[in-house]
Amino acid sequence: MEKLISEFSSGLFFWQTLIFVTLIFLLRKFAWKPILDTINEREKSIRDSLNSAKEAKKEMESLQAENKKILQEARSESDAMINQAKQSGKELVEKAKSDARLEAENILVQARTSIENEKRSAMNEIKNQVADLSIDIASKVLEQELDDDKNHQDYINKLLKEKKFD
Amino acid sequence: MSASFLDAKEEEKELTLQEEITEYIYHHVQDSHDFSLFSTKDKETGKKKYYGFPLPVILIDDGVKFFMSSKLDHGKNVVNASGKYYKLYHGKIYETNSEGYISYDEEGIVTNAMPLDMSITKSVFSILLISVLMFWLFTSLAKSYKQNNQIASGIGRFFEPIVLLIRDEIAIPSIGEHHYKKYMSFLLTLFFFIWFLNLLGLSPLGVNVTGNIAVTFGLALITFLITNLTANKTYWKHIFWMPGVPVWLKPLLAPIELLGVFIKPFSLMIRLYANILAGHIVLYSLIGLIFIFKNLVGSSLSLVLVFFISIIEVLVALLQAYIFTLLSALYFGFAVQEDDH
Repeated sequence: MEKLISEFSSGLFFWQTLIFVTLIFLLRKFAWKPILDTINEREKSIRDSLNSAKEAKKEMESLQAENKKILQEARSESDAMINQAKQSGKELVEKAKSDARLEAENILVQARTSIENEKRSAMNEIKNQVADLSIDIASKVLEQELDDDKNHQDYINKLLKEKKFD
Repeated sequence: MSASFLDAKEEEKELTLQEEITEYIYHHVQDSHDFSLFSTKDKETGKKKYYGFPLPVILIDDGVKFFMSSKLDHGKNVVNASGKYYKLYHGKIYETNSEGYISYDEEGIVTNAMPLDMSITKSVFSILLISVLMFWLFTSLAKSYKQNNQIASGIGRFFEPIVLLIRDEIAIPSIGEHHYKKYMSFLLTLFFFIWFLNLLGLSPLGVNVTGNIAVTFGLALITFLITNLTANKTYWKHIFWMPGVPVWLKPLLAPIELLGVFIKPFSLMIRLYANILAGHIVLYSLIGLIFIFKNLVGSSLSLVLVFFISIIEVLVALLQAYIFTLLSALYFGFAVQEDDH
């Protein structure tokens, strides 16, 4: 201990303390303060960036989920629309078919009716003509009654031949 | 430095060699008035020749005396500085008569008067050197942030993690999130100052700054002052009227706690001093062994030992700086702790 005290150099102590304290103040102003400030600032910006990245990721995920949902909805809607369209198309075709059939039947019925009418009117005409003819023939026959039977017969035949449903 | 060992080999007697090595080691761990790198001895005249450069000597003795240490000529010359005569004797400057007479008492202790020696010694020079280095290094780190978008560049990349380590592993856990900022400048300067000076001590320049009691005393004193000047009420209450113990015990604890206030920085001072000094002595003794053995086996064994001790010393250099800084931070932590337990 005595040796320690005797070896103690007050000059060295003075200079070392002076230089060291000066160094602390110089470094504080020109080095430590800017360095620590920068490090703090950098750490803060890293923390903020990480947080915002995390948030952005979360947002993107929710956005994606929403997109998926929208897509699904659109798909199901389009499916429904297609189905509906198919259904209505089928119905339309069915309806057209049945309409056509109905129309055809109508036309057929009409045709048949008109044929019937025509036929009836034709028959009537024939009947009238036959009647006229009969009357005609009868009158002619009556005119020729005086003649022999043979002539009579020939005449009738001749008349018939002439009036053969012209 | 090995030159003196090489010429020491020329000595005939082993005892002389051992003595010379002992003296060399003693000389090395002491502060010196000039920066000598190595010395040689003339074979014929036996005179030592020193290689290095002189440093300014400043003495306060009825005014300031200033001259270069080359005038002292390693104790061989008596310097006349404005009417007074000074001589260097065993690393210290004494006032003498014009003949350079040194008087002793019965116990062989020099009785000559000593002027107040404020010289820029080898240690002061080394401290200045390291301070300039640190200033350059850390201001350039601070500048590189501005130039490189908040990212360190160059050598600063190596030191930035250490700055962070001191903040995150020493300051914040020891002192606490609220108070650590005001101590950061001191802790960072302290750590790098001790570490760099320790490392400089391991360099072949052979300076022993942190193994000098005056230096460690200065550092510990600053820790002591900062601790007690920034201390809050809780700290003083824990010293003079310890809470949580029986009343009759409180007056007994007070002197012990008060003693602890001084013992803490004292232990800092002794720990750094003893570790570095011991490391230097062991290292130089082992180097000396190489020349004592003077054979292939012994000398190479010593060389291997020197190699390993050197590696350990590099570790110790860092460790002691870390411990000094950590303990200082812990003491600051005691000084500012809140009364919450």
